[in-house]
Amino acid sequence: MFNHFLLSLLIWLPVVGAIPVLLAGSARPNLARWTALLMAVLTFAVSLVLLMQFNADSPLKQFTEDYQWISALNVHYGLAVDGISVALILLTSFVGILVIIGAWDVIQDKPHQYMAAMLVLEGLMIGVFCATDALLFYAFFEAMLIPMFILIGVWGGPRRVYATLKFFIYTFLGSIFMLIGLIYLYNKAGGSFDLNTLAGLRLSMKEQSWLFFAFLFAFAVKVPMVPVHTWLPDAHVEAPTGGSVVLAAVMLKIGGYGFLRFSLPIVPDASEAYAWLVIGLSLLAVVYIGYIALVQEDMKKLVAYSSVAHMGFVTLGIFIAFMLVRSDNNLDAAKLGMQGAMVQMISHGFISGAMFSCIGVLYDRLHSRQIKDYGGVINVMPWFGFFYLFFAMANSGLPGTSGFVGEFMVILASFSANPWIALFAAFTLIIGAAYTLWMVKRVMWGEITNPHVAEMKDINGREAFVLIAFAAAVLVLGVWPQPLIHLMDASVTQLVQQLGNHKI
Amino acid sequence: MPNMNDILILLPELYLVVAACVLLLLDAFMTPARRGVLHWLSIGVLLIAMYLVVAGQPEQTVTAFNGMFVRDRVAEILKVFALLSTALVFVYARPYLIDRKLYVGEFYTLTIFAVIGIMLLVSAGNLLTVYLGLELLTLSSYALVALNRDSSLSSEAAIKYFVLGALASGMLLYGMSMVYGATGTLDLVQLHTAAVHNTMPNLLLFGLIFMIVGIGFKLGAAPFHMWIPDVYQGSPTAVTIFIGSAPKLAAFGMAYRLLESGMGDPSIAHHWQQMLAVLAVLSLAIGNLVAIVQTNLKRVLAYSTISHMGYLLLGLASANSEGYAAAMFYAISYALMGTAAFGVILALARAGFECEEVDDLKGLNQRSPWLAFLMLLVMFSLAGVPPMFGFFAKLMVLQAAVNAGMLWLAIVGAVFAIIGLYYYLRVVKVMYFDKPVEGTEHKPQADVSLRFVLSLNAFALLVMGFCWGPLLEWCKSAFAA
Repeated sequence: MFNHFLLSLLIWLPVVGAIPVLLAGSARPNLARWTALLMAVLTFAVSLVLLMQFNADSPLKQFTEDYQWISALNVHYGLAVDGISVALILLTSFVGILVIIGAWDVIQDKPHQYMAAMLVLEGLMIGVFCATDALLFYAFFEAMLIPMFILIGVWGGPRRVYATLKFFIYTFLGSIFMLIGLIYLYNKAGGSFDLNTLAGLRLSMKEQSWLFFAFLFAFAVKVPMVPVHTWLPDAHVEAPTGGSVVLAAVMLKIGGYGFLRFSLPIVPDASEAYAWLVIGLSLLAVVYIGYIALVQEDMKKLVAYSSVAHMGFVTLGIFIAFMLVRSDNNLDAAKLGMQGAMVQMISHGFISGAMFSCIGVLYDRLHSRQIKDYGGVINVMPWFGFFYLFFAMANSGLPGTSGFVGEFMVILASFSANPWIALFAAFTLIIGAAYTLWMVKRVMWGEITNPHVAEMKDINGREAFVLIAFAAAVLVLGVWPQPLIHLMDASVTQLVQQLGNHKI
Repeated sequence: MPNMNDILILLPELYLVVAACVLLLLDAFMTPARRGVLHWLSIGVLLIAMYLVVAGQPEQTVTAFNGMFVRDRVAEILKVFALLSTALVFVYARPYLIDRKLYVGEFYTLTIFAVIGIMLLVSAGNLLTVYLGLELLTLSSYALVALNRDSSLSSEAAIKYFVLGALASGMLLYGMSMVYGATGTLDLVQLHTAAVHNTMPNLLLFGLIFMIVGIGFKLGAAPFHMWIPDVYQGSPTAVTIFIGSAPKLAAFGMAYRLLESGMGDPSIAHHWQQMLAVLAVLSLAIGNLVAIVQTNLKRVLAYSTISHMGYLLLGLASANSEGYAAAMFYAISYALMGTAAFGVILALARAGFECEEVDDLKGLNQRSPWLAFLMLLVMFSLAGVPPMFGFFAKLMVLQAAVNAGMLWLAIVGAVFAIIGLYYYLRVVKVMYFDKPVEGTEHKPQADVSLRFVLSLNAFALLVMGFCWGPLLEWCKSAFAA
């Protein structure tokens, strides 16, 4: 019925919905909160409609909307989704509700602005996953920095200004070279930003290499990959809980998504030539950043580093597929790796979102993120302890949780390419367990040493709701990942087949 | 003897001259209490002039007075936006002028005379008309800068502006005389062909260099930017806002007339392309780097202007119709952003409080969330973050540079966009993340027209980020022939 503007609705509903939230003003904070929640729930409902109407058996882009935006420049307002986009959109709108509930009475200072920024951010992120025009993609990609900048800067911790400036400039630095690359491609294509047209363009190896690095820089900062990950711990530590959740759960995925939409189809030959580099950096992230996470004193920093390590699996899965297709022509393993990367993206969205929500719960009570300030929390907060332990297990990749599925698939695929790569990647199961569980041990178990911990109250209904929602997602995805894999299957198959196309 | 046709072509300018004289007379006979009439009349005069420009626009390019005056699409667009931004200036300036007892008729007449200069300049078909328009613009500006004659800062700025401006005018005139010596013509159309077949290429080239100095000075491109920070800071903000907007359009028009109409043949264009590329890089570097260490908001915006002129030069240096369209698009976007940025300062300034330090904006989001939000829009637009207007203007000039085979220049532009980002973000940081300083609980101006028009102006930057197509097409149509 309204399929031909479903995607526009998904993008603009939260963005426009932010206006009444802002208008509610600081005088009527509850009105602002309820309006924001209503908008987020409506967006989620629309994304469920999208899921139900979506035909997962077809690899084609669906719900296409294509209008001339700027006819003088042949820029299109082009939106369409495939299975991968739908999964990420669902993740975004799901997390969108939870961050608003999570911030309900935690944010007391100008809650209307906070909620409005969250809604705008949500809409723009959905836009990134829908855009089929490179310029539109870029506009969404950059525009979402503005609300995030405000979120960290206004409601963040003591070093928020440093963190948010670093976040903004770092990400902008990465993407501006992509813009030059896109302009170059636009001229090369005779005046088109359409991603399909760009994907069909023949490019020499030299051109591809330059473009590959422009894209790599843009998306590597976003993912983030070693060595351009340094903004992430700062941004996470200083961001308010909701900001961290969105950052980890959705924003990092945009980097991985960018690799799929830009690097792979547009510069496949350069991607193959430099796959070793990306794989090397991914393994470095998995192993080295794992060790760095081990020594963190700050819980948020620890989870932030664990995010970098887990996102290493995403880039590993994507680029290992290259090796498999191009050298061994092993399409099945390549598909496995790519699917693993996708599942890992979604699963990491839930788990990291949940971990940051948990830390937010602790922070709201003690106003400290230092591990040493806690200890014995399980004695006073048994329910919370249960969730915390559960998500920690998921974070370290326990079978039965979603954390296991993606990592296992990527490791299996790597094994077909090169057992050594698989060996290094599998280290994460040990290191991940070490840093996460050691944190749990120090925070949850033992005697209560800090008198303030003894006064902490267990989670209330609102917090429980958020954590239960995350837990349900992690568990369902862990024991029954089939629907998610099926949703993305056709798109991933097509993507893997495209990897074999030479463009020189 | 001018015939009726010439008069008709020149109608908007003639009308403005008459209107300015009438305003001057009215002012002399009106009591200061009724000055509001003059204010609204002046705005009306500008709007009517805008109507005359658009309504009387001929289909084809026409010339008057034996080619001295050209009326084409380029001139039309530049005039419309020069008049529009000046009307904005009038609206924004009034409360500021009243607070400082500068609310006098001269402000309006001098500004309108400057606008007439701009209109002549962008319509010039002859080197003499260029000079005539330029002098009318700059002489009026010198007087405007010194409007607050009791302020030593203002007088210093005016003297500095005058001395350097006279020097630049001299350079320009000297260059013109050499070009005339080499080619024997002052007419830009004849110059275009005569320049190719002249017998003294070195003389012509020297003339070109001197003319570029003049253009660089008017644009405020490094290394001819020295006057910009002092004049921006020293002038009353109500004058700074004018100097920072419409004259930039004029400078683009002047560069286009001299370089493209006069020296546009590819054999000569490649000389000035290189010179403009150097000016562009220097402006981007100096503008963006020096702005970082400034604490005075007006100086920050002054250095930001210099960097923006660097981007504009990126488009001009491409020396093709696409590049000119991009540069004009950029000049228009900058005029709108500049008026909005200074408009916010004018809205915040009160008697005895200039609001010209960056720190004066501390905690603005607490005091006046609406103005803070408008400034946020302006800053992100200046920084070139999508979906703001400023981003698409930057996109167009970068695209023009890449298309003209100057990929390296586009990369330089991109790198400095990142560096420039810092000081725009700092303004946002001060407004949103810092606490207000005790004792600076100044209430912003309550003038309804200012608040309303300023909101429209700032929101236009956001709206234009979504529908910049028509304006771009309009700009492109001017250079399509």
